[in-house]
Amino acid sequence: MKDEKIRRVPERIEPAPPDVLKDRAYDPVPASPRREVDPYCYLGATEVQQPLAYREALATIRNWCRANSLWVMAYGTGCGAIELRPLMTSRFDMARFGMAPRPTPRQSNVLIIGGYLSLKTLKRVIRAYEQMPAPKWVVGLGSCTINGGMYWDSYYTINKLDLYLPVDVYISGCMPRPEALIAGFQELMKKIKQGEANGWNEYLENIDDYKINQKRVIGDWRMPDYNW
Amino acid sequence: MQAVLNLDIGYLGLCALSVIGAIAYGLLIGGIIRKVMARIQSRIGPPVWQPYLDVAKLFFQRTSIRHGMMFYLAPVFRTVGGIGIYLLIPIVAGMPGLAGFSFNGDVLLVIYFMFFGCLGMALGAGESGHPHAIIAVSRGLSQMSSYELPFSLALIALVAQVGTFSIGGIIEAQAGGIGNWYLFMNPLAGIAGLLSFLGMQMYSPFNIVLAPQEIPIGPPTEYNSTFLGLMMSGRAIFGVAKSALFMNLFLGGATSIPEAMIKIFVVYMWAVFVGAVFPRFRAEQSVRFFLRWPTWFGLAGIALAMLMKHLAS
Ligand code: SF4
Repeated sequence: MKDEKIRRVPERIEPAPPDVLKDRAYDPVPASPRREVDPYCYLGATEVQQPLAYREALATIRNWCRANSLWVMAYGTGCGAIELRPLMTSRFDMARFGMAPRPTPRQSNVLIIGGYLSLKTLKRVIRAYEQMPAPKWVVGLGSCTINGGMYWDSYYTINKLDLYLPVDVYISGCMPRPEALIAGFQELMKKIKQGEANGWNEYLENIDDYKINQKRVIGDWRMPDYNW
Repeated sequence: MQAVLNLDIGYLGLCALSVIGAIAYGLLIGGIIRKVMARIQSRIGPPVWQPYLDVAKLFFQRTSIRHGMMFYLAPVFRTVGGIGIYLLIPIVAGMPGLAGFSFNGDVLLVIYFMFFGCLGMALGAGESGHPHAIIAVSRGLSQMSSYELPFSLALIALVAQVGTFSIGGIIEAQAGGIGNWYLFMNPLAGIAGLLSFLGMQMYSPFNIVLAPQEIPIGPPTEYNSTFLGLMMSGRAIFGVAKSALFMNLFLGGATSIPEAMIKIFVVYMWAVFVGAVFPRFRAEQSVRFFLRWPTWFGLAGIALAMLMKHLAS
């Protein structure tokens, strides 16, 4: 039992072969507000023949509405999630940016990963992410989601969240203060308004790569390939 | 019944306009409530137009999840139930589009319609298959049957005193000053009505159905995108219609649009302010509450109505 776990460690820390993992931070997919590929989003009928100006205007309105009404599912996986409480309550009050906490993935647009992710939680996070309907964004909180942070050589946490889920905004710090969270969310809103936060499209375009990564670390993958 | 028979396109257009206006007003009240609650909790709170953005955002989403027929129909039922009672209730007496399709016996139909929306919701939530939704539905139906008892008692007192089953007739009977409002004419029945209205609006002590943080969000747990948007609009018009019903039954109706808006707002805020002070009941506490004091008040209200009628004759 113990040996089994130890054997998995070097496999995980090794950098992945370059053809499997695309370093998407340096090679962003060209973003366009009109592109929406998602099994949730069959815009077929409306997307066919409409003047470009109309579609662009619609995309602007749509993105503006989305940016100003972010419904948040705070997945408090790690200690950094403790700073989400002051963000939600009177002191920092995220409601003034139109953000509201939602208890179910079906209704949320933003998935906040609140810190380090153990492999067991990663499985649940992937399920939750895939259950969210189309315009969805992931915010990684704290250095644990960026490079492993102080859990870098832990035996049961992932180091780079971006290899498993498409992160739109990282908020660095250990732990990031609510001010930093607000700054991060404003960055996310800016990206949404400019039509640049397309993480969910990237996820679907590179779904095979993501699945390879996810299945490589999750030993007991006993669920459908895509959960919705 | 006259109005129903003499339908014409212009009248229907006015009704559609008034429905849209009611949804917009309901959403605006929702925004104001969020702001008020935020200020009570010493927060800044979202802007008052936040519900419009939320609904717009939800309508910009699509989904292709299949749950079954009732799942799709439930938001429609709810919205149709809301529009149905809204159109039956006279908002502003005598104004085309806002006068409502009032006829003798519409009080009963309105109560049925209120149940109809919730029932549709229950069927849809049951089909979504989420355990929390089912818990919430069972809670909601038991709470509904408990607050309908004091409400019906208050209504019986009112109808016995006024002698008509039509909302229009009830409004006419209360004409002529604040002293004639039913809330002051028969305060016991009025109190029963006020308390059961709290259950109807489902704000804090009685929000055992949505129960945030407890059973995550109740019946709409699986609802998303356009369905949720439709449901929010339905909730907005439902709230307006219920407050308007209360305004007509106990606060003497309205004779102009601003008066109606103010009265609806005040009635709405009564539930909100009570909600700001009291924490949530458990399910059985809520049921017991309605079966105790409000029911006694309702019975006493009927006795008072009978007494007043006896003295008057
Ligand atoms: S970044 Fe720091 S505060 Fe955040 S989860 Fe990791 S160790 Fe905890």
